[in-house]
Formats: sequence, structure tokens, C-alpha cells
Amino acid sequence: MFQTISLFAPQLVLAFFASQLLSTGAFAKRDISIGVRNFSIFVLLIYSVIGFILGKPTGTAFKGALVIDDFSHYMNLIIGLSAAATLALSKSFFQIEKLDRFEFSILVLYCTLGMSIMVSANTLLALYIGIEMQSLALYIMAAFNRDSLRASEAGLKYFVLGALSSGLLLYGASLIYGFTGSIEFTQISEAISYGASPGIIAGMVFLLCGLAFKISAAPFHMWTPDVYEGAPTPVTAFFASVPKFAAMALIARLLVGPFETIVSQWQQVIVIFAILSMFIGAIGALVQVNIKRLMAYSSIANMGFALVALSAGNESGVKGMLIFMSIYVISIIGIFACILQMRIRDGMVENINDLAGLSKSNRSLALVLTVFMFSIMGIPPLLGFFGKFFAFVPAIEAGMVWLVVLALIASVIGAFYYLRLVKIIWGDESSHEFVEAPKTLRTIALMSSLLVFPILILPLISIPTQSLISRAASSLF
Amino acid sequence: MFENYPILSLITFIPLAGAFLLIFMTRVSNADAQEQLSKNAPRVALVISSAVFFLALMLTFDFDSSKSGFQFVETTKWLGGGIDFRLGVDGISILFVLLTTFLTPLCILASERSVKSRMLEFMVAFLILETLMIGTFVALDLILFYLFFEAVLIPMFIIIGVWGGKNRVYASYKFFLYTLLGSVLMLAAIMWIYSFSMVNLGDATTNIEVLINELRIPKETQKWLWLAFFASFAVKMPMWPVHTWLPDAHVEAPTAGSVILAGVLLKLGGYGFLRFSLTLFPNASLEFAPLIFWMSVIAIIYTSLIAYRQNDIKKLIAYSSVAHMGFVTMGIFTFNTQGLQGGIYQMLSHGIISGALFFCVGVIYDRMHTREISFYGGLVKRMPVYAAFFMLFTMANVGLPGTSGFVGEILTMIGAYQVSPWIALGAAMGMIFSAVYALHLYREVIFGEQINPNLDSIKDMNTRELIILTPLALLTILFGIYPSLITDITAVSVENLINNFNAAILLTGN
Repeated sequence: MFQTISLFAPQLVLAFFASQLLSTGAFAKRDISIGVRNFSIFVLLIYSVIGFILGKPTGTAFKGALVIDDFSHYMNLIIGLSAAATLALSKSFFQIEKLDRFEFSILVLYCTLGMSIMVSANTLLALYIGIEMQSLALYIMAAFNRDSLRASEAGLKYFVLGALSSGLLLYGASLIYGFTGSIEFTQISEAISYGASPGIIAGMVFLLCGLAFKISAAPFHMWTPDVYEGAPTPVTAFFASVPKFAAMALIARLLVGPFETIVSQWQQVIVIFAILSMFIGAIGALVQVNIKRLMAYSSIANMGFALVALSAGNESGVKGMLIFMSIYVISIIGIFACILQMRIRDGMVENINDLAGLSKSNRSLALVLTVFMFSIMGIPPLLGFFGKFFAFVPAIEAGMVWLVVLALIASVIGAFYYLRLVKIIWGDESSHEFVEAPKTLRTIALMSSLLVFPILILPLISIPTQSLISRAASSLF
Repeated sequence: MFENYPILSLITFIPLAGAFLLIFMTRVSNADAQEQLSKNAPRVALVISSAVFFLALMLTFDFDSSKSGFQFVETTKWLGGGIDFRLGVDGISILFVLLTTFLTPLCILASERSVKSRMLEFMVAFLILETLMIGTFVALDLILFYLFFEAVLIPMFIIIGVWGGKNRVYASYKFFLYTLLGSVLMLAAIMWIYSFSMVNLGDATTNIEVLINELRIPKETQKWLWLAFFASFAVKMPMWPVHTWLPDAHVEAPTAGSVILAGVLLKLGGYGFLRFSLTLFPNASLEFAPLIFWMSVIAIIYTSLIAYRQNDIKKLIAYSSVAHMGFVTMGIFTFNTQGLQGGIYQMLSHGIISGALFFCVGVIYDRMHTREISFYGGLVKRMPVYAAFFMLFTMANVGLPGTSGFVGEILTMIGAYQVSPWIALGAAMGMIFSAVYALHLYREVIFGEQINPNLDSIKDMNTRELIILTPLALLTILFGIYPSLITDITAVSVENLINNFNAAILLTGN
């Protein structure tokens, strides 16, 4: 009994406390949003490490619906930590904008619960439940500033397109169920190993399309810029980081799990997604003037890079994807911590040109942001370079040198717009006075910039981290 | 002497530690101290970089030039998967380390007056740059090499983009994107080599020594890899026709930036050819050698002619740099002792001479704030000492016997003559043209009637400028009359490189 409970203890923690906090909040006489947020951060931290505290139990739960392995432990760790970080980021923004309601923290908790189910899904049904749970929370978060026209538009857009993608996903799932007779990944894999009929392949493509919506891979990226721009900035930070990684992990589990034997089939799909995302992301970003739209295109491009790693279809590919995405999440949280710090008297800075002269008015922020820009460009010795390195090596091993060359060219194009930010920060004359930023934001920005600094490649840290990720990747095979 | 100390790590990372020291000093001090600090920052940086220079000098004395392999090797586990942190020097790289550590203090000294704003940040960027440049030369791991090689872009982009001239944004973008595009192709090749070593050697590794000695890459693949490396090194060199970023970058960069760009950064490409192209892809190098020769000869003649037509002093010297780098590539791809020795010699001497020339331009630019050739004239009456120094470096740039420029050019031409007299002839033509533009520059700026009344008040060089230029002048003459100072150190490594090259060619037949 205890063993089964310890298996899904992370999910249990989330579900229990999310519901508790919800009912507490509903009956509370006064505004308890600050307390709920702090407690939620605490819950998320517990969630992220509880698997490790319990000695990393492995096995399946709920009659095979969830599978708990090293991969899900690693994902829980990253998801929990980064969700906690983004929740901490949201505090000052919501307070200043007078939007602070306790429901936000609870939505984050439920969303995280959905993601933790996604990364452990072992049946098509669990997969769908996880995705829907996560998405429904995200729809509400996008429209959280309900008095704002743009936020409502963002929420509605996201909801309609998300519903479409869920439809695709379900259609794919039903095809696969129809042709294999099972929703369990292990049995699907067994059925496919005798030969994949066109129906299965069509189902797989629909599944992948539905998931591509979630990671905003081109050609299913259209919602991303609008939603990123319209949603409140802390929500954008959350969108850009955690759910992307969870959906990417789900894709990895799906591809090397049930569809392991038809690598050559899904490889083509993934390669197309990757190329389109990299170039649409890189070229689309060139003309943006809003920093949130810029980050939207940048995240599209980065999803392309992660898909390059996955397209190798082997263990080192999954490992490369995990390393790349972990580094990506760290950088994104740091960048948004910087963006959230940049307030001028009459509101948030969203136009890129308003950043002019940042280096004069706030030198440390300028320095930190510069570090992030060079890191996400992939210039060594910053961490972003190693992310790309480990993401691209598997593709080369799989014989797709051309894909890697394309990816590298796309990252040179991308360098242009990151450089533009650096230039504006350091080169242009100041036009605004920036408001002093709250301490939480500064701490998070500083922490993640320290992580992006080459500290993480020191042997003392890099080798244990890598072995953790290697174990996570190999547990899928 | 240094057997038990991680001397190379110290030389590489002391400047970085210095940069962090400067950054943290700003954190603790208040506004008043800030001002004091930005005054003292150059002094701190100067002390640090001089200390590094002395360490490098002691390292050179301790270096055993009769051994062919790498010395002072340090290995630490790093990223896992065969990627280790390995440093070491041989007869070729040690001289570049020396050149880098020698030029950096001079640049810092020159910047104390010429940099007007954000002194502290400039010093931080410069110290970081020094670490990265040294690291490139001492790295013995392919990934580590790439890390340093590419990271150089960041401080250089900032130095040009923040402290540059009017058109600095354009120049820094061009510099950054040009070199980035070149080097990502090399990155793809490096990744391929990394994954190939798993197949070919049974164990993935990026250890340069192991790769050079054991990795056998099929001939057909060598070509692609060679081209990928070439894309990166040719842009860095820069070779014609991808040289166009260099004049822009030079013109806009502050004096110290120009010096370090011409003095050290251009050598990264040549060093890369020597260290990687010749050793890892011998067959492809042999096959592409004619291409390199023609590109070099075109570079030498074409850019010399262009240099003659420039109105901007810095641009003229920048184009002459491209021409001189043409001698380097020509020498390296002759695959004989004279050619290779000459290529290395030319790189070192160009590092000193062009650095000195950019300092010279800085001297008058600091006074008059223009680099227009037509603005000047008749400086010899107002600045006799300056005229003498400028004369020496101009002559060295032309390749007058007795200066270090002569040795490099004559050696590369001897090497090239053994391969093809026509190539040597073309290069010799280039030498004549170089005399044309260099003497033209000298005549216009120093001699003639002084017409411009603005020059009435110009002062001759001060002590600081003398301190900077004197060692450069001494070295130019010393290396001109006593070349074996350098060639003795490089001889064994070059011989070893050629032997390995010939053995590889013999083994595969070609």
C-alpha cells in the first residue's frame, strides 16, 4: 500500500494541497493571496524533491495508467522548481497591477499537477487527462487580467485553438486505439512491432500535431505571439518555460515508447516541425518591437532546436533534449525576471526601444540581461552553447549533418535580434527613468544568471547533473 | 620549474579573476569611491596583465624547445563523455601566448587616456578578452578551443559597439555576424569529429593530441570538414574575399581594440590552420592548397591596391593587414619548413608591427580626433620623435631588411617558390605595392608642407606613448636582425608537424 502511495506521492501532494488551499481561499474572510502564494511555492518545492526524498521509487500506478521512472522524477524536479520560480516572479507584478487573487497560485498548482501527469503518462487516456488539466488552467491564466481587452482576447484565442488541438489529439488517439486495440503504451508498442498500418501512422501524426500546438512548434505556432503579448507578463513567463518542457517530455515519452519501432516514420514529421520552427522563429523575431512577442518567436525557434535533438530518435537524443530544455527553462525564467524588473513610472516596459540606456540607469540589470542574450544566442562559454551542443550532437550521430547545419544557420539569424537588444541596452541614449525593482525579482534574475554563467560547466557540477539526466533518458528505453 | 603548478591555468585565468575583482570592487563602494575606482581601474588592470606577461615570459624560458610534443599539460575532468579540460603549449602556441600577454598591458596603458567613458567596464572587457585569447592558444581540447575561440566575440563586440566611433553599431554587427556564421560551420564539423571519434577510435574524445595522432578521417569527408574549418578561419584571418568586416571593425574600434584585433585576433585563424587543418585533414589541405595560394596572392595584390586608395589612415592599415595575412596563409599551405616558419614568423611580426602602427594612429587621433590622411601633413616639424617611430614601423610594414617584417615575408616567399615560382612572383609584386601605399601614407602624413593650421598646436609624444612604442620598436629591430630567437623555439614543432603531414599523405597515397 505504502509503496503504491510513494509512487505517486508528488501528484498526491499537489492534488491534496491545491484542493485544501482552494477551499481555504473560498471561505476566507479576507484577502489571503500572499499567504496562499507563499504556501504554494512551498508545496511546489516539496513536490519537486519528494520523489528523491522517497528514494526514487519506480513502477506503475493506477493499473498502468501512470509510470514512475527516473525520467518522471527528473521532470518533476525541473517542473516543480521552475513553477515555483515563476510563481515567485508573479508576486510583485500582480500586486502593483492590483490583480493579486489567491486563485492564481492554485491554478499554477493544478497546472503543475496536469504536467506531472503528462510526464508520467503511460496510456493515451492519462496523456489526455494530463494535457487537458494543464491546458484548462493555462486558458484561465492567460485571461487572468479579465478587465483587459488584450488579456481576454489572448485567453479566448488560446482556448479556441487549444480546443482544436485537443480535437486533433483525441482523433489521433482514437485512430490508434482503433487500429491497435489498446490505449496502453506498452501494448500499442507491441502491436506496432508487428507492422504499422497506415491508420496507426495517421493517428500518430494527429497526435504529434496536437502536441505540436502545446510546444508551439511551427506550423502550429500561430497562437503564440498573440497569447504571449496579451497575457500578463508573469503568465507569459510561465507559458514560455514550464508547460513547454512538460509537453516536450511527453513527446519524447511517446516517440521512444509506443512508437519506438517506427522511428523512420515519425522522424520525418519531427524534422519538418524542427526546420519550420527554427526558421519561422528566427525570421519572425527580426521585425518585432514588443519584447514579449520577441520572446514568443524566440521560444518557437528554441522548440525547433529541441526537436532537432529528439529527431535523432535515440537515447542520446532524449538526453540532449533534456539538457537543452533544462538550460532553456533556466534562461527563460531569468530573462522574464529581468523583463519584469523593467518598470518605468507609467507601467511595464514592453517596447524594445524603451530599454535604451538601461546600462546607465541600472548597470547590474543590463549586465545580467546581456549575459542571457549571449547565452540564448548560443555563444560559449555561456550555458546556452552547451545546450545547443548537446542537442545537436545526437542528430549528427544519427547522420543528419544537414539538419544541424540548418539549425546553426537559424541560430546565426537569431543572433541578430538578440544582438539588437544588447545594442539598445548598451549603445542607445537613455530616455526613461526606471523604477527600483523588488527584491524577489532581482534575486531570481541574479540566481538564474549565475546558473547561466559557466559555473554549471565546472566539473564538480556538470558530471553529477549529466549522470542524473543520462539516467532519466535511459529509463525511457 | 613549473612542473607541479597549473601554470597555464594561472596564466589563462588570472586576467579573468582580475576582471571579477574589478566588478566586485564596484559593488562595495559608494558614489565617491566609484569615481576614484574608474581612475584606478586601468592601474589595477595594468598590474594584473603585466604579472601575466611575466608569468608567460618565465614559462617561455622554462619551455624546452627541443621536445616536439605539448608541454605543461594539465588535464581535468570536465563535461564527461570524453570532453576534458586540457591545456598545453608547444613551440607554436607558446609564442602566441607571449604575444597576447605582451600586447595586452600596452593596450591597457594606451587606453587610460583614450577611453573617455565607462573606464571600468572597458578594463573588465579587456581582461576577459585576454583570458579568452590565451585560452584559445593553450586549449588542447577541441570543444574547449571552440569555447575560447568563439567567446572572443562577446568582449570584442562590446568593445567595438560601446567604445567605438560614429558608425560603431554597424561595424560591431558586421564583425559579430560574419565571424559567427563562419564559426558555426566549424562547430558542425567539430560535432561530426566528436561523434566520428566514437566510431573510429572506439571512445568518444575531443582531445586534440589523440585526434591528431590517431584519428583517420576518410578522404572524401576530409574535404567537407576542411571547408567547414576553413569557413571559420578564413573569416577570422581574414582572407580575401571575406575580409570586408575587418576595415569597418578597425576603423570604428578604439585604439586598444584595433591593436588587439590586428595583433592577436587575426592570428587565431592562422593558428587554427596550423593546429587543425594541416593535422586533422592533411589530404584535403593538400588538395585545397592551390585554392589557398590563389586566394592569398589575390589578397596580397588586390588589398594592397585598395589600401593605396584609402583616405582613412586606419582603413589603410587594415587593408595592409589583409595583405600581410595573405603571406601567412600562403606560407602555411606550402607544407615546407621555410613556408611554415615564415607563416608563423609573419604572424608574430605582424602582431607587433600592425599593433604599433595602430598605436601610432592613436597618438595623432587622440590629439586631433580625425584619421583623415588629407587632414595631416608636415608632422615631421612638429613631432620629430613621432616621425621617427612612425618611419620605423612603416618600413617594417613594407618589409625592409633589418626589420622583422622582412624575415617573415622572405621566408614565406622562399617556401612558396619551392611549390610554384608564379605564386612567389605574385607575392613579390604585392611587396612592391605595399611599399607604394605605405610610403604614400608616410609622405602624406609626415612630410610635405604643413598647410592645416589646426596642426600648429600638436605636441610630440609624451612619456606614456614612448613607453608603449619603445618596446615595440626594439622588438621589431631585434626580430629583424636575430630571427633565430623565434625560429629556434618553433623549429622542432614545425618539423614535427611537417613529418606527421607527410606521413599521413604517404599512408593514404596522394
